[in-house]
Amino acid sequence: MSPVSQAHQIWRRLSRSPAFGPLVALLVIYGLFSALSPNTFVGWINFTTMVRQTAVVGIVAVGMTLIMIQGGIDLSVGSLVALTTVVIARSIQGGQGAFTAALCGIGVALIAGLVNGVLVVSLRITPFIVTLGTMSLARGLAKGFAHEQKIDARTTGLSDLMVLSHQQASHVFPVGVWIALAVASLAAVMLGFTRLGRHIVATGSNPATARLCGIDIARVTILVYLIAGILAGLAGVLEFSTLTVGDPTDSVGLELEVIAAVVIGGGSLSGGQGSIVGSLLGALLLTFIGTGCTHVGLPNWVQEILTGAIIIVAMGLERLRRSR
Amino acid sequence: MAWGELEFAAEDSKMRELAIKGLSKKYGGTHALVGVDLAAHAGEVLAVIGENGAGKSTLMKVLAGVTEPDAGQITIESSPHRPENPAAARLAGVAIVPQEAELAPHLSVAENILLGCEPTRRGLIHRSAMYEQAKRALEQVTTKERSIDCRRLARDLSPSERQQVVIARAFAQSNLRILIFDEPTSSLTAADAKRLFEVIQRLKQQGIAILYVSHFLEEVMSIADRYCVLRDGRLVDQGMIADTTATALVAKMAGTDVAERKRREFINRGNVVLNLRALSGLRLPKDVSCELHAGEVFGIAGLVGAGRTELVRAIFGLDPVKSGKLRVKSFEGPLKPAQNLKLGLGLLSEDRRGEGLAQQLSVTQNITMSKLTGWGPFATSKGQQSSARTFIERLSIRCRDPEQPVSELSGGNQQKVALARLLHHDVDIMLLDEPTRGIDVRSRLDVHRCVDELARRGKAILLISSYLPELLSLCDRVAVMCRGKLGEPRPVSEWDEHSFLMEATGVE
Repeated sequence: MSPVSQAHQIWRRLSRSPAFGPLVALLVIYGLFSALSPNTFVGWINFTTMVRQTAVVGIVAVGMTLIMIQGGIDLSVGSLVALTTVVIARSIQGGQGAFTAALCGIGVALIAGLVNGVLVVSLRITPFIVTLGTMSLARGLAKGFAHEQKIDARTTGLSDLMVLSHQQASHVFPVGVWIALAVASLAAVMLGFTRLGRHIVATGSNPATARLCGIDIARVTILVYLIAGILAGLAGVLEFSTLTVGDPTDSVGLELEVIAAVVIGGGSLSGGQGSIVGSLLGALLLTFIGTGCTHVGLPNWVQEILTGAIIIVAMGLERLRRSR
Repeated sequence: MAWGELEFAAEDSKMRELAIKGLSKKYGGTHALVGVDLAAHAGEVLAVIGENGAGKSTLMKVLAGVTEPDAGQITIESSPHRPENPAAARLAGVAIVPQEAELAPHLSVAENILLGCEPTRRGLIHRSAMYEQAKRALEQVTTKERSIDCRRLARDLSPSERQQVVIARAFAQSNLRILIFDEPTSSLTAADAKRLFEVIQRLKQQGIAILYVSHFLEEVMSIADRYCVLRDGRLVDQGMIADTTATALVAKMAGTDVAERKRREFINRGNVVLNLRALSGLRLPKDVSCELHAGEVFGIAGLVGAGRTELVRAIFGLDPVKSGKLRVKSFEGPLKPAQNLKLGLGLLSEDRRGEGLAQQLSVTQNITMSKLTGWGPFATSKGQQSSARTFIERLSIRCRDPEQPVSELSGGNQQKVALARLLHHDVDIMLLDEPTRGIDVRSRLDVHRCVDELARRGKAILLISSYLPELLSLCDRVAVMCRGKLGEPRPVSEWDEHSFLMEATGVE
């Protein structure tokens, strides 16, 4: 095979991969802001900062990707992140160590995810409605548990998760980012290379066929929401480490940002489609836009318009690519 | 027992793959299956034929574990078969190839074939083993020249390839004994159908018992070894294909006791209001030409899937028209549904639940949906209610009050509500798609009375029905559709059930 045709082959495979679209969009946006604000936007330090800022949305987006591929949706994740920070702060106040407190937080989110899954399966109500309910429920619990105020707590240990100290400069990213990347890789392997992963895709792609082939759809559904709950809890730990307080009003609207990331990354509300890499790139893209607009000096409203336009353009391009 | 008999019995039980005894199933008040006894042998193709609603689908559903029978026994190789769900039926060696192949479009061919039983190694899917197994299963079905790449996505396959993948799945996932084909050629081209027959021959040689459900007698005559005929849920005849003719089968399907019926008196018809010239849709219909006159009831007979619904949807502007001419009154079509309604052409959908009616809305809202009466831009509830009351009375729609949600009404009354919307809109040309399907006798008579009265008042009516006595008693002219093509329209007096079936099943 000649080098030219080999290059052509590689290009074809690359351009067909689901993450290709978001990757191109990401590079275009990066190039755009680099040109507009060459002094501050370009550079390693700003890049690592932006990656760090994406960690929370990224982890939640991994869970949301699984749910959306399975054909569902989870609106409760923002509330779960806030609830987790409150639980962690309360646990530390109650004398628990950092590790135990984090485990408590993740445990609560896990239970919430399990509740979501069981409700979706047993009540046969659409996930949108079920999680709309649990979104409000978890938010209320967080506020009640925190007596409607921020909870200060010693952050010993946990605050280091999202900060890169001078001694650790060789680690490139803080520990929290590495955790996020590790979790995302695990999820990607699970989705692509295990039975559970392929059954998640099959369930979202054609539930009738999945049932015909003896796949336990209820089990797959519950597991997916359970995993998303755990990931929201993990995101809550990172959020707590960034905030250094337990905040019941934190992460309002996070779910929409996460859904946007998944959709930009190639996910679809009708199930069967999406990829972990794509969703992470989508999450990163949203951070790029936010940071870029700040650097260029554009007001917040421009940033929101830009985000909205990108979601719609991304969908339009995907349609075009599909129809060809 | 004599020695000969014993030997025969042993031979018989060895060959007999599937035995059905006294199978019965009731849906509500209707008997879908009544005491059916049937046997199928290894390595043969048994054709299951019958008219629409004869019980073929119910029989297949019971075998494939989709529905449970009320009474009767099924044995496969002398062990009882009573599957709780399709997956259990498959484990027992029974698989069904549905009319529309069911695959997960986002998964690859190999993943679809091994869905639910993927080979794994250390918790991860063993890719190479999966491709190997899928390939082996596909080789049982496809020929070397026309093999399917296991890595392709299911959504990129042609209908024929999809069907082959479904068959391969049946192989990969079970010790396949009995394979059921449900109208397998209805979505295939002629060339693909030929390929399917080659596949069936290969399966036969491997000793699999094949049940082949089809309307098309030509197909049955060429592919099947034995046949059985169902009528009104009963097994009325079975035998060897070699010993029968298509004409004889048609006679068995129709039955001899054709009920006495009252013919509509022929009424002078008016101008042509709907004119089709070589109209073709994307897949169906094909090359349809006909004229509809004011004041006539034009019937279209045919089997389910012949393309009748697609034809009226194309006329009404719901489905695209690929080629041909269409004229509504003096306007060249195809027009959009809104324009058609303005011109006075309306469609009664066959799908009451899905698109015919807004189930959550009230009787009044459903009747007046297409034309809201009122004052200027305002739709007054008084105006709507009064027109709704008129039609409730005229069609004797039985409801608690005009504000009752349509979903709470019986099927027959729902259908009358849908018909009332067309009357309220006062359309001149009506496309009625299966207006009496699944409704009670009284409502059916109400609908018949209404159709008759409309034709007398000079409305043009295109009536699609699978119930032959209905066409014979209501229509002035009738044509038969088969595989998307519309046959010659003839006056109703020249038709009988026998000639209908001959044309609808494609017997020359």
